[in-house]
Amino acid sequence: MSQNVIYTDNNATTMVAPEVVEAMTPFFSQLYGNASSMHFFGGQIKKYMDEARAKVASLLNADPAEIIFTSCGTESDNAAIRGILMANPDKRHIITTRVEHPAVKNVFQHLGKNGYRVSEISVDRLGRIDLDELREKLDSDTALVSIMWANNETGVIFPVQEIAELVKSRGAYFHTDAVQAAGKVEIDVKKTPVDLLSISGHKLHAPKGIGVLYLRKGVHCVPFMMGGHQENGRRAGTENVPYIVGLGRACELAHQFMAVEQREVARLRDLLEAELTDKAIDASVNGDTEHRLPNTANISFKYIEGESILMLLSEVGIAASSGSACTSGSLEPSHVLRAMGIPFTRVHGSVRFSLSRYNTEEDIHTIVQHMLRIEKRLRDISPFGRDEINAH
Amino acid sequence: MWDYNDKVKEHFLNPHNVGEIKNADAVGEAGSLACGDQLKLMMKIDEKGIVTDAKFQTFGCGSAIASASALTDLIIGKTMDEVSKITNKDIVDYLGGLPVEKMHCSVMGHEALESALHNYYGETPEKIEDKKKHVVCECFGVTDDEIIRVVRDNKLRTVEDVTHYTKAGGGCMSCHDKIRAIINKVAGEPEKAEPPKHEAKKLTNLQKVKLIEETFEKEIRPMLRADGGDIELIDIEGSRVTVSLRGMCSSCMSASITLKKYVEPKLREFVSDDIIVEEVKP
Repeated sequence: MSQNVIYTDNNATTMVAPEVVEAMTPFFSQLYGNASSMHFFGGQIKKYMDEARAKVASLLNADPAEIIFTSCGTESDNAAIRGILMANPDKRHIITTRVEHPAVKNVFQHLGKNGYRVSEISVDRLGRIDLDELREKLDSDTALVSIMWANNETGVIFPVQEIAELVKSRGAYFHTDAVQAAGKVEIDVKKTPVDLLSISGHKLHAPKGIGVLYLRKGVHCVPFMMGGHQENGRRAGTENVPYIVGLGRACELAHQFMAVEQREVARLRDLLEAELTDKAIDASVNGDTEHRLPNTANISFKYIEGESILMLLSEVGIAASSGSACTSGSLEPSHVLRAMGIPFTRVHGSVRFSLSRYNTEEDIHTIVQHMLRIEKRLRDISPFGRDEINAH
Repeated sequence: MWDYNDKVKEHFLNPHNVGEIKNADAVGEAGSLACGDQLKLMMKIDEKGIVTDAKFQTFGCGSAIASASALTDLIIGKTMDEVSKITNKDIVDYLGGLPVEKMHCSVMGHEALESALHNYYGETPEKIEDKKKHVVCECFGVTDDEIIRVVRDNKLRTVEDVTHYTKAGGGCMSCHDKIRAIINKVAGEPEKAEPPKHEAKKLTNLQKVKLIEETFEKEIRPMLRADGGDIELIDIEGSRVTVSLRGMCSSCMSASITLKKYVEPKLREFVSDDIIVEEVKP
């Protein structure tokens, strides 16, 4: 199964980089001490964690003391949102967008049922938010605004600089879920006044099970996990040393490859989109192509259904994902594409190809070749749009 | 990824009878583009009332395509009388099962067939205005008649089941109470076609104990033992059967679900249809 796979689902998870595996390996059976221990064997671990923390901080241009290791992006999001609200119990209004990841969306939904006033900022047809709408919604009761840096389904990047400045000027806290953005685009917390920021290791070639919460110095956030004094009392639980070391290495690599990826991965993505929109019967790109992650292509094939497309791609070893209802586990298609007002005829047939530095131009040609065949085949079965096929 | 069996995959990868029949004698449609699936069924019917050919076109997921392919296999060569008796359950059985979340695909097959039969017999399908009055689930436009039918045909007991089979209740969830009321109403109906397997009222307590023990041994214990558990009969009082779960089952979080979803239905099936199972802790 692992042979001949063309993996283009990197917004779901990524391959752990070989350099990362290598960096982690000694920390399982040799350097397995507990950094809190009073003996040399545990004590020696601390310097490796400090190194990793410095590497993560460097990716964000943060101070190492502002980096808290967590178990995943979802934990970081939960810890940030709930922690800020617990520290600021008098304010009862919170703001987010309609296109957040469930790790933020569902926390807000829960808070909305438990006494908080929730405002959701809408997006336009290209998935962009309206800063004026945010400006109107912010009031003196607003405790927290949580808006993602980049969207996981479309790759659309939000104007986080402007958003953060606006939110700070109104005295609210600003959290951003940067799980998709970290390592792909430049993040500089010295320049962008975010208070809290979430990262997930497995989206940038570190393993699953490690995340980061950036917490700006001076911002009070009630800990989500209570217990021991690890992470300066901000996140209890014995440190996951091998994964912390792995994440440090992954951030270092991401930093190193960022410029190349922004050029090379974006070139492959643009090639994929150009080929498909040019040669398919009806394919269209979703999202704002001017402000987008370099690796994400969200393409809608009209009149055919996403799960069928994924199954047929899967048959030839191509891994991608879809916003169709049938692939979501619920009956509802992608909340992101619906919030953008993409018609159902296109939402159900949406496919997300998310690339990484491990993809090649040959991969792209193979995907295009199979995708055109699959589109033709499913259109032949579909009762819709028959005239268009004949005309093509 | 869905756990499709080989037969479903085969019908998806190489569907039978895809295409169009010009001058079809019956045409039926079900589903909608907005909901993410749509099926068009076309049939050729000879003067003896036998389906000589059937073709389909589907917009939808893997199991929607497989269900449509199975449907055409099931109806070709059959008389109209036989065809009219086919239900969604026949499609599921023909495919050797579908993931429960995908049952609505088989229901769409049945609905397309019904629509084709209406078309053949020249009946006017319910007017949209009339249909609107009975819509239970506004999100997916599912009517009470549709829900009653799947609940009855597939012996559904929960709102979640109904959602899996018809999509009803899968959107805003505001119709869940209405669906629950329909399930309760159908459950209260006497079984029409199948005569009861055992005459409950004629059983003496002793006979009942014997039957329950037999059912435990044959139907229930093998499953519980697979998980390291067991069940013991404690008492019978009229239709109330008191049991105690042993081994792993006694500390299992889902013990009460096991009793209501598995033990009770089995006893109702094999012993008496009015049995209520209750648990006492050992």
